[in-house]
Amino acid sequence: MVMLVVAFVSFSLFNFVGDPINNMVGEETSDEERAELRDTLGLMDPIHVQFTRFIINASKGEFGISYQLRRPVSELIFERLPATIELVVISALIALISGTLLGVYTGIKRKGFFSDLILAVSLLGVSLPTFVIGILFIYLFAVILGILPSFGRGEVVDIGFWSTGFLTISGLKAIILPSVTLSLFQMTYIIRLVRAEMMEILQTDYIKFARARGINEKSINYKHALKNGLIPVITIAGINIGTLIAFSIITETVFQWPGMGFLFIQAVQFVDIPIMSAYLVFIAFVFVMINFIVDILYYFIDPRIRVKGDSASG
Amino acid sequence: MDNKVITTWGKIKDSEIYFSFIKSPTAIVSSILLAIIFFCSFFVEFLTPYNPFDPSSLSLMDAFTPPSWTSEGQIEFLLGTDGQGRDMLSTILYGSRISLIVGFSAILFSLILGVTLGLTAGFFGGKYEMIVMRLTDVQLTVPSILMALLVDGIARGIISRELHDEMAIYVLIFAIGISEWPQFARVSRAATLVEKNKDYVSASTIIGVSNLAIMFKHILPNIMRPILVIGTIGLALAIIAEATLSFLGVGVPPTTPSLGTLIRLGNDFLFSGEWWITFFPAIFLVILAFSINLLGDWMRDTLNPKLKK
Amino acid sequence: MKYRYFTKILLAFLIAFAPTQTFAKTIKWSMQGDSLTLDPHAQNEGPTTQVSRQVYEALVTRGLDMKIGPQLATEWRTQGPNTWIFKLREDVKFSDGTPFTSEDVVFSILRAKQRTSDFKEYISTVSGVKAVNDYTVEITTSKPNPILLNQLSNIFIMSKKWSEKNFAVMAQNWDAGQETFSATNAMGTGPFKITLREPNTKTVFKRNKKWWGSMKDEKVTEIHLLPIKNAATRVAALLSGEIDVVTDAPVQDLARIKNSPAHKVESTAQMRTIFLGMDQGADKLRTGNTGDNPFKKKAVRQALYQAIDIEAIKKKVMRGLSEPAGIITFPGVNGYTEDLDKRLPYDVNAAKKLLADAGYPNGFEVELRCPNDRYVNDEAICTAVVGMLGKIGVKVSLFAQTKSKHFKELKDNQGDFYMLGWGVPTLDSHYVFHYLYESGASWNRVNFSNSEVDAAIRVMEGEVNLDKRNAAIANAWKIVKDDISYLPLHHQVISWAAKSDVNVPIRPNNEPLFRFASFD
Repeated sequence: MVMLVVAFVSFSLFNFVGDPINNMVGEETSDEERAELRDTLGLMDPIHVQFTRFIINASKGEFGISYQLRRPVSELIFERLPATIELVVISALIALISGTLLGVYTGIKRKGFFSDLILAVSLLGVSLPTFVIGILFIYLFAVILGILPSFGRGEVVDIGFWSTGFLTISGLKAIILPSVTLSLFQMTYIIRLVRAEMMEILQTDYIKFARARGINEKSINYKHALKNGLIPVITIAGINIGTLIAFSIITETVFQWPGMGFLFIQAVQFVDIPIMSAYLVFIAFVFVMINFIVDILYYFIDPRIRVKGDSASG
Repeated sequence: MDNKVITTWGKIKDSEIYFSFIKSPTAIVSSILLAIIFFCSFFVEFLTPYNPFDPSSLSLMDAFTPPSWTSEGQIEFLLGTDGQGRDMLSTILYGSRISLIVGFSAILFSLILGVTLGLTAGFFGGKYEMIVMRLTDVQLTVPSILMALLVDGIARGIISRELHDEMAIYVLIFAIGISEWPQFARVSRAATLVEKNKDYVSASTIIGVSNLAIMFKHILPNIMRPILVIGTIGLALAIIAEATLSFLGVGVPPTTPSLGTLIRLGNDFLFSGEWWITFFPAIFLVILAFSINLLGDWMRDTLNPKLKK
Repeated sequence: MKYRYFTKILLAFLIAFAPTQTFAKTIKWSMQGDSLTLDPHAQNEGPTTQVSRQVYEALVTRGLDMKIGPQLATEWRTQGPNTWIFKLREDVKFSDGTPFTSEDVVFSILRAKQRTSDFKEYISTVSGVKAVNDYTVEITTSKPNPILLNQLSNIFIMSKKWSEKNFAVMAQNWDAGQETFSATNAMGTGPFKITLREPNTKTVFKRNKKWWGSMKDEKVTEIHLLPIKNAATRVAALLSGEIDVVTDAPVQDLARIKNSPAHKVESTAQMRTIFLGMDQGADKLRTGNTGDNPFKKKAVRQALYQAIDIEAIKKKVMRGLSEPAGIITFPGVNGYTEDLDKRLPYDVNAAKKLLADAGYPNGFEVELRCPNDRYVNDEAICTAVVGMLGKIGVKVSLFAQTKSKHFKELKDNQGDFYMLGWGVPTLDSHYVFHYLYESGASWNRVNFSNSEVDAAIRVMEGEVNLDKRNAAIANAWKIVKDDISYLPLHHQVISWAAKSDVNVPIRPNNEPLFRFASFD
């Protein structure tokens, strides 16, 4: 359903935002030539026929040719897909792991210099725009210290259609700055969320009861409390994958990371409609998939939902 | 909850909040900082002799003057000048005004949209409520920055380029605002659901008070606190979103630069020794966002009793 | 425990990659823009040619000294005023192994003359080309052409077979957004072949083992072109060692790069003049507010000219690295004289007076179009001009965009007032007149038209008596200079920055030739 709506939006984008013909031909093209081109592209057909064709083409991954780069959009997107996925996955892992750890720590030790420091820094993290952090990192690590690369993916190795940066030193080094930059914002959210959850759960009756029974503190904190505290983290993590993909646009721009976000921002500046609509459909697809996965994870982690039945959907 | 109508001002002056404000140094410091920034940004015409938006008033020979305390600095340019010879301090203040205007307008826009939808959804229920709530779900999964980029991209396609520069700021406000409304909608709907079933609402309905009056006169005041908190945190997000879009080059046009645009322009001089061109706007933006966040954090702790010990 | 395991893997990697690190002879090359297309006849544009030049070769070419010398042709002679005979090298193979013959030359020159080619005007005087035998080609011109060799040095030779096999017989129609195999693939006789092409991201050139020539340094085996649009990022990449050579080092960062012991900077006057064009053909400015076209009046054009403080631009925007220009051509081009290159004085009061006398005491409004990723500090120059013209009451709004859009929209005749830079690859003034001043010429977007200049251009194209020809050039320059058809700004100075141990000789046309690159 959501997919259909998004498909329609991007279809309208493609057809009604700017005249596709005008974007393809020069000034000197005659009206007859234009009409002919319009006809061959099927732009004279009724709207529903065009829409059906768009859906069919989209499901096959065909979105036409980029106005700017003059290459098939699907090719461009899939070429850059691995770069974005690798960046987002690494960032998500950094954000999740360190966010949860720090969140639990600050949730348990509510007072104390270190907790306060983490919280203050995390608030600063929310206030620091991603691009400022990126610039700062480049300046510090690439220029002053000269230990980490400031742009690109380094050497990539092609494994089938997938080009990975994980197998070379330069590729691994190249991903450090962008992924840390990208993860910081999400990390701060997770810290705060986990902390709030921990604080709430540690005050529930069943934890008090466990404490009264003499179960040791570590076991309470990590086995009982954390397990329950993780439920909202999973939802957030799900949404955050989406957010990370979106924010990767900024990170990719700052670090010239050759991913989809970089492609997209160039497309927006150029009003390259085919790329924009393809990106839109692709992102919608990812979001729907993520929601779906989160729903399933819920089902396994929280027994209560299994009883109520699955009500949420993408 | 008491059933009296309480004015907003009354709530703010509420002694408990006032007391906690006085006791919290972060809240005081951040509000003072914000007050100074707001004042300087909105009255910058009277504070500085320069108008950085008027290109004919600039002299290129003034370009790249370092801050006044360095050896080559000039006293008339306190924080130095940029590559066009614009005084950094006044450019930053003019820029922060644009950032603030966009931020506030965007939040106001999403507040009105969100609260209206949330209130009516909670009040009328049924299919309408379902649709609105489903919309918030969808909207919440789409990250704000992506939404804003899309709106901007579409606007670029629709609006002719000549108009785009003039329209850019409205497009930006709409683009940022459209992505923040679900929070407001959710809170106001939840509050409405609670209030709706109370006796005074039923009583009002019986004596013929219109639905509109009930919603806005009786229910709205009760959700002011959470809305204020969401609004404050949202303001920081909106300002950062604006800066980000402008940094990416899809925000306000460079002729009327916001803080994000200034950072983007200054970024070119990062290694050439003219650090002040990018450093000052960046630090200003961070101070602005940080103060708003601090205030928002404090507000949440104070106004949201759930998190208190 | 786990940590130690990780270290081991890391170490293994280090050892595995250490040899390639030490002996890797890849040159990583960066500039702000990328080639627009790999089709060698689709776009006559600087970076596009710079990329094609590594892969494709022409009959003749300019060496490091910028003098014309043999490349695919070993010798040539004229037979009568309109016929040229070229002898071809016989030991040349394309990188796919097919031998190079005269068929390929005929095919390529005809291809470059097609409707979709961007070089059709460039060699408009070539009227016929035929293969005499496998290694001899005869080229006929419609009239005596003294600069044919200059022109041919930019007509790249493609393989006929390869083009036919890959449906690339026609030059890619770039303006119409056509997608062809030849736009994303390149196969020539040159020292390198392209093995990976990701536009705007990465292009990998590997040594063409079948190349007939010899490299200056055999260690140079691979070139990676990594375009980085943002100036600061580009410099950061150079300083941190990820990039070996930058062929458009930002002027503001030269001092910083020079300070680095591991890097060096070279500057040279570039064969390119930057100028502003004002449409004098339109009856009404598209972006004006006066209902007429002020640019039609010479006094207005002169007012704008004298309002521009070019020395301030040189000092602040270009950091001293530019030569203020009086005409749109530079030292070294046939027809250039120092006298012509003198500017009218910068004089705001005179400019104001001229403007008032022309009937615009309060100035007017107009939009200035600029590229933002083509010339050295292009957008910053435009921003400075906006301020300077504001001082005489001309309210200019700036519209800066990426080069491909800028050029396309200019060609679509959408600009009132625009920035352009002009290089002269043929090193003859004819190239400037033919494109910028001839009535109806493709880049004559100011719509300048003067029958005397047109006549002079005919002389330049057909006159073999050099004295008469040079007189025509001098006369044409005088006319257009007096008319102030364009506002010349400066001759660009380019700077290349590289790691100290990487030598890529700098060339005034900003074209690196990696076959001459070497390592210390």
